Amino acid sequence: MPGTEPGSQPDWRPGADLDTLRLRAALLARVRAYFSAQGVMEVDTPVLGRGATTDPAIESFVTAYQGPGSREALPLYLQTSPEFFMKRLLAAGSGPIYQLSHVFRNAEAGHRHNPEFMLLEWYRPGYGQRALMDEVDMLMAQVLPGDLDYRPARRITYRQWFADETGLDPWVDGPAAFRAFAAEHLASLPDSLPDDDLDPWLYLLLTHWLEPRLGEGAVFVYDYPVSQASLARVRRRPLPVAERFELYVNGVELANGFHELADAAEQADRFARDNRCRQLTGQSAMPVDRRLLAALGHGLPDCSGVAIGFDRLVMLAAGATDIDRVTGFSLARN
Amino acid sequence: MATYSTNEFKGGLKIMLDGDPCSIIENEFVKPGKGQAFNRVRIRNLKTGRVIERTFKSGDSVEGADVMETDMQYLYNDGEFWHFMHPDTYEQVAADANAVTDAAKWLKEQDTCMVTLWNGTPISVTPPNFVFLAVAETDPGVRGDTSGGGGKPATLETGAVVRVPLFIDVDEVVKVDTRTGEYVGRARD
Repeated sequence: MPGTEPGSQPDWRPGADLDTLRLRAALLARVRAYFSAQGVMEVDTPVLGRGATTDPAIESFVTAYQGPGSREALPLYLQTSPEFFMKRLLAAGSGPIYQLSHVFRNAEAGHRHNPEFMLLEWYRPGYGQRALMDEVDMLMAQVLPGDLDYRPARRITYRQWFADETGLDPWVDGPAAFRAFAAEHLASLPDSLPDDDLDPWLYLLLTHWLEPRLGEGAVFVYDYPVSQASLARVRRRPLPVAERFELYVNGVELANGFHELADAAEQADRFARDNRCRQLTGQSAMPVDRRLLAALGHGLPDCSGVAIGFDRLVMLAAGATDIDRVTGFSLARN
Repeated sequence: MATYSTNEFKGGLKIMLDGDPCSIIENEFVKPGKGQAFNRVRIRNLKTGRVIERTFKSGDSVEGADVMETDMQYLYNDGEFWHFMHPDTYEQVAADANAVTDAAKWLKEQDTCMVTLWNGTPISVTPPNFVFLAVAETDPGVRGDTSGGGGKPATLETGAVVRVPLFIDVDEVVKVDTRTGEYVGRARD
């Protein structure tokens, strides 16, 4: 209802109280102090880009530029992550870089989601995913308030995690086996998950069975199915895995990292495959960032990168369960 | 009836599930950073009152339920049906035992109840939070004991049995909280 909200607080007020805003400011300062001490350069890349993510599970906002230099309206996409621009900087020889940037994802709003949010994203040339996981642990310990007593995260492969919690193997078992497990253990099954595609069933069990059972503490999950490689490098042996990791703290997804794919041809293939998948489900194909592909063609240094949901980091530090309590102006108050 | 996409889900929305009208209690958007989005929803079946959990793929649609919650005056019981009247239109509806269930023991003629109608038919009845009912039967009152300690059972005019203080007598009117079934006070208090 415009003008009021439950509890009849006027809705011009921010969702975050002043103590939380101070905590947010302190976390920003500690992040910058950490990277400054590490010699990692802060960068600031555009929020609007000509290229957009092709990921079928991520929707971009689009707007259009009209004016000098553009005879026709030029579609520009609010970036869902600063990744493409940051990789162009890396290819240009930037060395290690980090960014605190606002990113935008359409169709996402809830207790842990807001269509505009902040990512802390950084890249480390010369690091593999293990070295970067070590650094995430170090940053978390230094940035989070001391009373949270952050301890280095337990590490488990995606495959072992599913084996422990479901007895199933995503590299061996098919959709039918996961459907049967879900039917037996979940309160209900969505009507429209396909029978011939494994990933939707993995996501269903991930969000409804595995994540809720993580409990307290920090966990890195690493080595993902190749179908969920996104922009991560694939290691072929002994079993093909995507060199991708996620950090969960107290059951909440906080960070996603890759040993970055540097092969321009493979990257172009993945973009094209994503777009074919989008068109099959009635989504529009997204413009591929050809300058990113050109940068990869020039040469991306072997590196790993990770993005932490900064608002969720503040939620963790503040003990908040709703993103509205740490962002000030979530969509509901915008 | 309209259909609703998961994007329209919110507390109070009435939808059809497995042929029954239901009300959404809580809607949670669940999505991995990279991967399929779901809506995890707690839902009350308005016919049975049972609360269930359902998961939808985000973007899916469900049929809406023509459910109205309306304040109506309780008129009388004819042995099979409880009759209610809309205070403005004087329109009457008859609710059966499946709809009235436990509310029956609190229903006093003229009281205003909330009647839930599905396609115009009552499917549940919620009595007022507080009702004033005369004591029909109880052990004789103990004079001078106003402590309220201990207590005794009393059968009220509608048949409900409530624990009341020792000093309460037959024919006295007591105030009862229908949500807890507990005595709150005497009507004149």
